[in-house]
Amino acid sequence: MKILTAKSGVWAGYLAVLLLLPLFFDSILAISIFNQMAIAIVFALSYNMLLGQGGMLSFGHAVYFGLGGFLAVHALLMMENESVYFSIAFIPLIGGLTGLLAGVFIGSFSTRKAGTVFAMISLGIGELVAASSLIFTGFFGGEAGVSGDRTFGPPLFGMDFFSDVDVYYLAAFWVFASTLFMYLFTQTPAGRMANAVRDNPERAEFIGYSARWVRFISFCASGMFAGVAGGLFALNYEFLTDENLNLVTSGRVLLMAYIGGLGFFIGPIIGAIILTLMNFLLSNYTELWLLYLGILFVLTVLFLPRGFAGFIMMHRLAWLRGKMHTLALPYLLTGLPALLFILCVVCLLELSHTAEPELHFLGLSLSRDSVLVWAALLALAMLGWFLTKKSTSGLQRAWEAANAPDEDSGQEQTS
Amino acid sequence: MPEVLVFATLNGLVTGLLLFMLASGLTVIFSMMGVLNFAHASFYMLGAYFAYSVSLYFGYWTGLIVAPLIVGVIGALVERYGLRRVHQHGHVAELVFTFGLAFLIEEAVQFFWGADTKNYQTPDLLDFPLFTLFGQEFSAYRGFMLAISIGIFIGLYQVLTRSRVGLIIQAAISHPHMVANLGHNVPLIFTAVFGVGTALAGLAGVIAGPVLTTFPGMALVLGSIVFVIVVIGGLGSLPGAFLASLLIGLLQSYAIATNVGMQDLLALFGLEFPRSHPLDDLWTLNLSQIAPILPFLLLVLVLIFRPTGLMGKREQ
Repeated sequence: MKILTAKSGVWAGYLAVLLLLPLFFDSILAISIFNQMAIAIVFALSYNMLLGQGGMLSFGHAVYFGLGGFLAVHALLMMENESVYFSIAFIPLIGGLTGLLAGVFIGSFSTRKAGTVFAMISLGIGELVAASSLIFTGFFGGEAGVSGDRTFGPPLFGMDFFSDVDVYYLAAFWVFASTLFMYLFTQTPAGRMANAVRDNPERAEFIGYSARWVRFISFCASGMFAGVAGGLFALNYEFLTDENLNLVTSGRVLLMAYIGGLGFFIGPIIGAIILTLMNFLLSNYTELWLLYLGILFVLTVLFLPRGFAGFIMMHRLAWLRGKMHTLALPYLLTGLPALLFILCVVCLLELSHTAEPELHFLGLSLSRDSVLVWAALLALAMLGWFLTKKSTSGLQRAWEAANAPDEDSGQEQTS
Repeated sequence: MPEVLVFATLNGLVTGLLLFMLASGLTVIFSMMGVLNFAHASFYMLGAYFAYSVSLYFGYWTGLIVAPLIVGVIGALVERYGLRRVHQHGHVAELVFTFGLAFLIEEAVQFFWGADTKNYQTPDLLDFPLFTLFGQEFSAYRGFMLAISIGIFIGLYQVLTRSRVGLIIQAAISHPHMVANLGHNVPLIFTAVFGVGTALAGLAGVIAGPVLTTFPGMALVLGSIVFVIVVIGGLGSLPGAFLASLLIGLLQSYAIATNVGMQDLLALFGLEFPRSHPLDDLWTLNLSQIAPILPFLLLVLVLIFRPTGLMGKREQ
């Protein structure tokens, strides 16, 4: 009972944050960031349904996102031509249905196997659809894409959807509903069996479940929510191109889900927020942000295989023991030099890439042609690296001490 | 018509053998470690870029030797410090790692060399028509590409089946623990094979760079096609990869060369559709238009109807 109320408290908090965000950050830029985050959250969660919960690595998830989006834009166009008339609040539903249909069709043959075979089929389908979108220009609009207008439908609760804020509230509703349903899906027998099939398909077959059928259900549900995200994208941007269904978008959602953390429901949400923020904050300042993203991703795969959410959850034991404070100082001792190292490396990268003679970085003005600046940065980077290396053993000791069984209670038992 | 056929065949062979240089390394790496290296085509791109940079100072022929070596060393380092670390987390993590690597290499290439197309030229020595047939020229450079690819194929085959090293590699593929018990350093063999495989990809990049243009998207263009080949040929089967490379090379080349379209097909049955129909794009399709998607269509069909590929033995 206590757990149940705690959980509904989390959901109420989530809803409150979604509804209150535009009151605190009401600039046009903030709203457009939130809209993009909303789309990314639904898309990344749907991807996690496939990879994190079902164990199916897909390189073509943008197909369902893009097809849903294209159908949604065509629905907007039909509304513009007055062949249909309904509230645009249902547009994401059209995207979802399209994604579901595409999922049913493609899943009917691709979910026979998981692992490498599934990954290869998804890659093949992804490339097939992306290449076809440039051939069938009537529907996909070729390289120019298809654009619509969201303001032709009837107003809803006094919102006419001219401004992005109206779209935000609509998106917030769909994000909340999608997150809730995707969470509830993980609690159903189908969702539980998806985990079982991911971990050991043979055992699942032995106790009488068809691994293929279980995968198929997850696959269709995942395609549907990707389609919902596509529909939201169509509403927000009113514009889709072939890039929305090719490998770039498929790769982006893989990055989001993985960096956030695959094993946890909240992981993809964290990943979607981090990547969207990175996109907005960094892409304005540097052309190299995709390089940083690539480095971040490879480092995550190497050192944090369970993503950021996994990193946070690692501290559960120490937290429950009330020993978080013993970790604070070692973290600071390792973290500060590491931060110094990262900043110096970033500065060096920017310095070697900039076209201007002066680089403005963190309030400093650095001359590109000065040997002194380069030498100082290199020395600082090496110092940071050295100190980080040196302090990791202390951090490891503190970590083990915080997670070790309590000595006091152990002594009491023996005496 | 015969001249179209002859040139389509020749070009198809050149492409097919080039693809095999990539596919062979990918196949051997897969049979050893069970991981499909998503970044394989990125090493091909690195080969082209390194060779371009070297050729600016020391000429084409130095680049031909040096660039694959650099790429091979980078590949070996990636295996030693990247893949081996991720290996404990399973195949999906490995695949995701190589995917991230492909992404990173593309961005790194843009960082070091810029986003524009590089003017990487064929060497003057090979800048003449090899022969003229039906009034069309076949350049010496394409003949050179053909010769190198065939040479690599024969060399690789001889090393793998005849030499002692090849025998140890083959044994390490099927019985890694037994080979380790016999006193061979299996992880070192893995690293070496990965290095050689990526060096071969680099070599393919060096010789393809001048013909297929050297630009940051070149890995993406070829990458998924090489995947298609390895899967169609049967995962882990070298002869299968060879067959599939030629098949894909010829298929694409013939499809581009022919001008047959949907309209001709429908005309055979006496059908004709009015223009400006919503499905107009479908009736007016040309075979040359759908050439880029043919490999993927083939991939999906093969995976559905024959998941082991043409010559593969096992399912995974």
